[in-house]
Amino acid sequence: MSAVPPLSESNRRFMSGNEAIARGAWEAGCNLAAAYPGTPSTEILEYAAHYPEMYTEWSVNEKVSLEVAIGASLAGSRALCAMKHVGLNVASDALMSQTLAGVGAGLVIAVADDVGLSSSQNEQDSRFWGRFAHVPVLEPADTQEAYEFVRRGFELSEQFNTPVILRLTTRICHVKGVVNLGQRQEISRNEGFVKDPARLIMTPGVAKKRLPMMFERDEEVQRHSEASELNFIQAGSDRRVGFVTSGPTYMHVREAFPDAPLIKLGLSYPVPFDRIRQLADQVDQLVVVEEVEPLLETELKAAGIELLGKEILPRIGELSPNVLRPAIAGLLGEEVVEEAPVKPPVEIKPPAPRIDPATGINVFPRPPTMCVACPHLGIYYCLSKIRNTTISGDIGCYTLGAGHPWNALDTTICMGASMGIAHGLDKGRVEADKDKKVIAVIGDSTFMHMGMQGLLDITYNKGNVTILLLDNRAVGMTGGQDNPASGRDIHGEEAMQVDFRKLCEALGVKPERIHEVNPYELPTLFTALRQEVKVPEPSVIITNQPCVLVDHYGAQPALTVDDDKCTGCGNCLDIGCPAILVTRRETVVKPNGSEKELAFVKIDSGACTGCDLCPKTCGPDAIVPLANYVRQ
Amino acid sequence: MSENKITNILVAGIGGQGVMTAAEILSQTALAQGFDVKKTEVAGMAQRGGVVTSHVRFGSQVLSPAIPPGEADILVGFEPAEALRWCSHLRPEGVIMINTTRQEPPVVSLGLYDYPEDPVGEITNTGIECHAFDAGAIARELGNFKLVNTVMLGAISELLPFSAEVLKAEILDRFRGRKPTLVDINEKAFELGRQAAADN
Repeated sequence: MSAVPPLSESNRRFMSGNEAIARGAWEAGCNLAAAYPGTPSTEILEYAAHYPEMYTEWSVNEKVSLEVAIGASLAGSRALCAMKHVGLNVASDALMSQTLAGVGAGLVIAVADDVGLSSSQNEQDSRFWGRFAHVPVLEPADTQEAYEFVRRGFELSEQFNTPVILRLTTRICHVKGVVNLGQRQEISRNEGFVKDPARLIMTPGVAKKRLPMMFERDEEVQRHSEASELNFIQAGSDRRVGFVTSGPTYMHVREAFPDAPLIKLGLSYPVPFDRIRQLADQVDQLVVVEEVEPLLETELKAAGIELLGKEILPRIGELSPNVLRPAIAGLLGEEVVEEAPVKPPVEIKPPAPRIDPATGINVFPRPPTMCVACPHLGIYYCLSKIRNTTISGDIGCYTLGAGHPWNALDTTICMGASMGIAHGLDKGRVEADKDKKVIAVIGDSTFMHMGMQGLLDITYNKGNVTILLLDNRAVGMTGGQDNPASGRDIHGEEAMQVDFRKLCEALGVKPERIHEVNPYELPTLFTALRQEVKVPEPSVIITNQPCVLVDHYGAQPALTVDDDKCTGCGNCLDIGCPAILVTRRETVVKPNGSEKELAFVKIDSGACTGCDLCPKTCGPDAIVPLANYVRQ
Repeated sequence: MSENKITNILVAGIGGQGVMTAAEILSQTALAQGFDVKKTEVAGMAQRGGVVTSHVRFGSQVLSPAIPPGEADILVGFEPAEALRWCSHLRPEGVIMINTTRQEPPVVSLGLYDYPEDPVGEITNTGIECHAFDAGAIARELGNFKLVNTVMLGAISELLPFSAEVLKAEILDRFRGRKPTLVDINEKAFELGRQAAADN
């Protein structure tokens, strides 16, 4: 079942929502797609890049990707840009003005909300941007609709001369379902860019004249929303409770209450109030089911429609049938069956330290880790050994440096913020911190995304920050996508490669304060760090080894531990490499009477890539190459 | 199977083990058998080493993509501690298939947490139908640790509402085009997994 009726049996494909969006854009004659990678939206562009008719690019940030899409739209090409929810915060400056200027050919902004926070620094509801920017919001409920709604987005965009937001959630992007495909339709591009300074040069005088247009447009789209088949009422036999649904919540309600009447909002903003009133008249009680914020709820209540929402439903995290069922049972005065989480048939007796209260099952947490042989391991090892510092971190793999065993970061706020925050930590320091050294850690892609401006601010304002620029030539966290540091484009073809030394110099860092080091050479790294934190001016230490996830990463023969030599000191564990495993622990009493914990280790030779980092921490030289090793 | 019965399969393991590939193969096989299918991943961060689960649901009509807790028919545990972590997702009459090869994360190596002493025993004590064997050892003996995936699919192949043969064909077809040398070894892995499930 999909929310939109199937077209035919012949073109059924099993696709993720992200793949379906790329396909939908291609079929709709889209000529340009741009994005900065971000979970859960990343794969939209990865799939889009497979269609040669569309120009695709990894932009350096979301604002730029939207600007590129706006340009293409004004040039007469249908254009898509994709981003995660926090990306729209970055792109919002362009959005808020473009909403006044309008579009050329259709412009769709696909925004993926990470509901439930699988890999984001916050949980936010992008539907607010629709209200804020006065642009229509489409909310697909499954993969078929993700595919269909891209075309609808382009059509709406052109019909009403506005960008359109396609609001996605993890349960659209990363769900695979059956999609019925069609063919690409080339859109006539006879009319190119139309000079129109009274619309496109957003001076105060122009903007003032455009504002009434924007409010007229709001009313037109509102009328369209009331009449659109994207918003439909589905009758039901059990009229005790009716539901207002949008996006994937439609599926959850259908599964939990197959007999209940509901309205499904595919075009959820502007809100079709009259249609919702029609439903309200048919049912005893109305419940609005929406993920994250009580957005519709507040608007519907303000419009005088009586209903319930977050009074009975959770405000945090994902909704699902098993969350809805007990809430509605409670509303109907029925016995509430505790469904989530279900306990196993027999209670498990937990043996030790950490108990999940929901299940009684005792399993250690398994947070994501830095990869085996990651070049960042040595950097965080060094940072964890340096005293009297405040370290400002950033978004990406390097955020993991805040975890065990390094515990090396003191702040992480948003993309690119390490620079500005470090500068603030320096300038705003109080007497107690007068001797503390301020260090900022940022990755190559993040530096280009939003970090460069922060560095310029530091140099211009005579700041004193030691910057570690971890250049691993990839956007590591999202799977190793290319960027201007990798020297390749979205298709893996050769591209210009940024020279960070020159870039930092251009941003005002003195040449003698810029060092390029191999992060596997721990003594060199230590020396550079110790030296630069003492210098009272901005320094940049660039590390230059590639992400282990990129194709051309050169693995070396694996290492092993010589059991006869291992003293159990556990120093190698401080590196944090997941391939180092403890075989046994012992407590010994030292000559002075104090106790010492020993941990004897082995190396998982299947995972080890021979990066040679751990031998540098090993006093007795117990870590050696595996004899007769052949890599498969 | 009955008209509206949805089959829920939860595949659980660690990033990099092939959890998502196994789920993809199950989904494609169900799709080819004419079912409506939905699959969704619950990964931690988009990175290696964290917990990864993949939900596969198929039947005549599937609405919500995620398997509600307590409704999984089959749990495929690629790692014993992960099998223990997710076993409450099974329905009481559900079946769990476990690879007993342990993968200890850095938090355990660092001594911050203990690895459960006997995860399989804990699960068995719940009364859930539990099959456990060392799929990692079978894969290593065949010469490639990545074969764990095929071994585990072979192990659950008799529990599905379609034949083990169509599942095997779906796996082997993936190699025929690109890596024909892997066809035989994957067939062996599949059959050894099937056998191990029958013996355990």
